[in-house]
Amino acid sequence: MIANKYLLLISFLVCSYGIVAYAQDEGEEERVYDYAGENHQCIKCHGHKTFHYYNENLDREFRDRMNPYFIIDSVEYYSSNHWNFSCFDCHSYDYSNFPHPAELRLEPKPGCLDCHGGDDTYEDRSWERIDEEFQKSVHSTKHSEDFTCSMCHNPHSYKINARTNDNIKQTIQYDNGICLSCHADINKYQLIVDFVNPNVLETHAWLPNQALHWQNVRCIECHAEIKEDMLIAHNIQPKEKAVKRCVECHSENSILLASLYKYQVKENRNKLGFFNAAILNNSYIIGANRNYYLNLISLVIFGMVVIVIGIHATIRFIRK
Amino acid sequence: MSEEKLYLYPLWLRIWHWTNAFLFLVLIFTGLSLQYAGIESTLIRFDIAVSLHNIAGIILTISFVFFVFANRFTSNSNYYRIKRKGFIKRLLKQFRYYTYGVFIHEPTPFPVSQKRKFNPLQKLSYVMVMYLMMPVIIITGFALLFPEVNLENVFGIAGIYLTDLLHIVTGFVLSVFMIVHIYFCTFGKTVWSNFKSMFTGWH
Repeated sequence: MIANKYLLLISFLVCSYGIVAYAQDEGEEERVYDYAGENHQCIKCHGHKTFHYYNENLDREFRDRMNPYFIIDSVEYYSSNHWNFSCFDCHSYDYSNFPHPAELRLEPKPGCLDCHGGDDTYEDRSWERIDEEFQKSVHSTKHSEDFTCSMCHNPHSYKINARTNDNIKQTIQYDNGICLSCHADINKYQLIVDFVNPNVLETHAWLPNQALHWQNVRCIECHAEIKEDMLIAHNIQPKEKAVKRCVECHSENSILLASLYKYQVKENRNKLGFFNAAILNNSYIIGANRNYYLNLISLVIFGMVVIVIGIHATIRFIRK
Repeated sequence: MSEEKLYLYPLWLRIWHWTNAFLFLVLIFTGLSLQYAGIESTLIRFDIAVSLHNIAGIILTISFVFFVFANRFTSNSNYYRIKRKGFIKRLLKQFRYYTYGVFIHEPTPFPVSQKRKFNPLQKLSYVMVMYLMMPVIIITGFALLFPEVNLENVFGIAGIYLTDLLHIVTGFVLSVFMIVHIYFCTFGKTVWSNFKSMFTGWH
């Protein structure tokens, strides 16, 4: 009898899980990859470390190594923002010929604004404003035109994180990974400069709890100019202008609320009285997270203690 | 009441006491400065306050461990032993003295002697402070010093925040204790006599 009860309970739990799992699956829109077939022409070689081709002159099949910089991770590509693009949307159709015609190497690559500029669909993202801010940044002013959007936002893998991912720690890791892809990798860094990249561990040696900070804030929090009308700051500042005062983040008016927690912040203080409560779900920042009611209660208790001591001392003095 | 002088505060205890008092003040001021840090004005610059708070906290821990061992291996621990039988009654008696008797010049119900340094209210508060609150504030303090040891998330709230909340609330109670403690030290033969005793050792 007891065994039956347990069996019933387990069946109920399994069914419940099934319903919840089904409901979750239902919530996710199934993607139809319109260009997967067409793109396979490219991915069959560029999706692997090696590729095969038939050499008509020698009348035999060859296997060769793919240039590692030209390998496209198909899983990353099909989960990126550009998942439903044909390779030929951005690259010449002439690439469908093999060997690829040599002159294609000189073909100018499209920039983000070539597609996104003046695009009403993405008006809220204000690509032109982003470009304006980027043009002011050290990335643009200190480097040649070789520094394009794709230096940071790889069009084959980039995906929006801050607005779509509830897990802030993942967003931080992803976004910092973009900065480190150059600043911690000399090969990519020297695509646009001749000198060796400074060691970020050494340049940030002054930062207390370095690892903790890097796990909990993005590089752009301190290195980019934050503007209210910008969804994501793109004006990377010279190092002299980087935030170095602890209280810029560690205070009630923490700058993180206008940047990292921009999408989580609904109001400064929520109904339980926590200032900057949005931060509390993921982290805790000394100085930025206070509780209105606890502050009030502590002040009342402290005031009462002082008043009671004052009254007690006065009566003692009078009755002396 | 005996008029003869009692040697109640040995040198180690006096050194520990004043070290503790100084560290308490440093920790309270730096702690407040961190908790209420502002962009416009801050009591002590944030990074300096962090360093001072950390250093003072570590020294306080060493001082606390020293106290626990010294208390354990000297007769000083006898003063902290609470006899349960009739303790509530004794507490009320002392409470009545502080709230009424002292104003009509009644003699203190539990006069200081070689065997009894603390009255029941002092005994209870000192035991609570030294053996409950100090361990809590030290453990939570170290958990904040090494944040990776905290649970990442507890029922949707960052674990480190709960640790900090406990640290701050305990710190607040200890700060209030310090103020009340200083006031009750004025209950000696003269207002200053108890303060002097903690310098000379003689009550």
